[in-house]
Amino acid sequence: MEELINVVDWSRAQFALTAIYHWLFVPLTLGLGIIVAVMETIYLKTKSEKWLATTKFWMTIFGVNFAIGVATGIILEFEFGTNWSNYSWFVGDIFGAPLAVEGILAFFMESTFIAVMFFGWKKVSPKFHLAATWLTAIGASLSALWILVANAWMQYPTGCEFNPATMRNEMTSFAAVALSPMAMSKFFHTVLSAWALGGVFVCGVCGWMMLKKRNLDHCWRSLKVGAWVGVIGIVLTMVTGDTSAITVAKYQPMKLAAMEGLYKGDHGQAIVAFGILNPSKQAFDEQDPYLFDISIPYGLSFLATHDFKAFVPGIEDIINGVSYDKEGNEVNTVSYAERMERGKRLQEMLSQYSAAMSSGNTLMQDSLKSTINADFKNFGYAYLDKPEEAIPNVPLTFYTFHFMVTVGGYLMLFLLLALLFAYKPEILNKAKWAKWWHILAIITIPLTYLCSASGWIVAEVGRQPWTIQDLMPNKVAISDLSAGYVQVTFWIFAVVFTALLIADIGIICKQISKKSQTNLDTVND
Amino acid sequence: MSDSSTNKQGFWSRVFHLYYDGFRSMTVGKTLWLIIFIKLFIFFIVIKMIFFPDFLGTKCDSDQEKTEYVRQQLVPGP
Repeated sequence: MEELINVVDWSRAQFALTAIYHWLFVPLTLGLGIIVAVMETIYLKTKSEKWLATTKFWMTIFGVNFAIGVATGIILEFEFGTNWSNYSWFVGDIFGAPLAVEGILAFFMESTFIAVMFFGWKKVSPKFHLAATWLTAIGASLSALWILVANAWMQYPTGCEFNPATMRNEMTSFAAVALSPMAMSKFFHTVLSAWALGGVFVCGVCGWMMLKKRNLDHCWRSLKVGAWVGVIGIVLTMVTGDTSAITVAKYQPMKLAAMEGLYKGDHGQAIVAFGILNPSKQAFDEQDPYLFDISIPYGLSFLATHDFKAFVPGIEDIINGVSYDKEGNEVNTVSYAERMERGKRLQEMLSQYSAAMSSGNTLMQDSLKSTINADFKNFGYAYLDKPEEAIPNVPLTFYTFHFMVTVGGYLMLFLLLALLFAYKPEILNKAKWAKWWHILAIITIPLTYLCSASGWIVAEVGRQPWTIQDLMPNKVAISDLSAGYVQVTFWIFAVVFTALLIADIGIICKQISKKSQTNLDTVND
Repeated sequence: MSDSSTNKQGFWSRVFHLYYDGFRSMTVGKTLWLIIFIKLFIFFIVIKMIFFPDFLGTKCDSDQEKTEYVRQQLVPGP
């Protein structure tokens, strides 16, 4: 058992490592793609060579990041087949369909038009080139859409039916999978946050160039577009963050409770603006969950339901199956102990189904299949040894969530100021503190990456122990491998991805430094 | 017939030259392609073939066997 837990932990660590490294490349591609497309649109409208030079500068940075990052996500699919084989089989065609669409439609769209974008300046008409640039940016977002649809299904499995004959889930509605509330909120929240990151990146690079007093006109031009895209991105990220919170409250209440370190819920529940968790707190003990906290009254109720007085369940309420409706009446929900019982009954029915298959009793099979599917949302609970096993890592979820929200608020302020300075450059030109603003802009780049990674940690750690919410916990999804085997590949990935990251940062910095020393008010090639 | 054939040739010829001339005139792109090829070699030849076999494929020969294997993993015996 200890070996199994080690395999689960190492496989999770490996997946987290590769996913986080992959995500270092993706948001800049998504954000900078839009920024480059907007810049080229301005160039086509103004016919100004300055805008063409600025577009080409940022297009080079986009190209470096795209090239280094491409195919880093394929590693995750390798891991599914080797480390998570039970999951890969169980999930059936649900995961395969969105990924196939991603591969065929989005990837080919992206890779076709990126060639026109980089090689086609003198080969195609300006309008066609602009269309190619926009289609590259849109193709990148469409790629992200299908990956996020697959991820959202793991958080909220819908549009499917379990087939006990094949032990696989079968898709019953592609629309239900692709357009689920979880998929939509995840897609918009993620992609729009990448716009904010792209905007911050442009501000940071311009900050460095301004510190060096290089190509100031180019910097002001870039800042206008970067700050606009960044502001739109961060505002819409906050709007979609609100939608995400409502979705999580509805479909993953345990995650929401962990995000807030909430053990006992209440009507008109406050939200913690700043807090330090009590590290020794366990569910169902009488300790205070916080050593220190500053809370906003009614905040969590409003965030979760848009109703200041609504009941938000805590971890213990969810385990006990306690909830209340808007009128304050107790709602009959199912406790985790009961869900574990139901899960075990489903396991027994699967055994009976297997026996019915062997004896060729199709009537019994049909009857069992419909009974199993009617209660299938409890299937995964059969594998829990105790209800508390379904509690995610509260400190990690709590702190990363609060870090993400705090930095998100800071980014809003930062990008609004950047936009102000872009249109009123005299403020920054006269200010004695301008140097510190530029330094702040540079520091904000890694801070935004940390914020983005934190969002993923909240989403993924907060849904533990589930690989597929309520249907399959990690310890069952895993392959029968040794921990040592997974450790070896973990370290290989750590080395390979670190090398790629160093190459990415190195080449981008070299290009920025080299190009910033040329005149970026004219086209140099 | 000849017109459409010429148009078709013209199109493919233009596509070919888009890539050919593009690759020839690359500067930083050459380094990037080198990194991409090294990366793809490491990912697909080294990592995938040596360390990431299809786990169920190594244990089972058919989908039926895979079904039974997963069933045994997910449903405890009597």
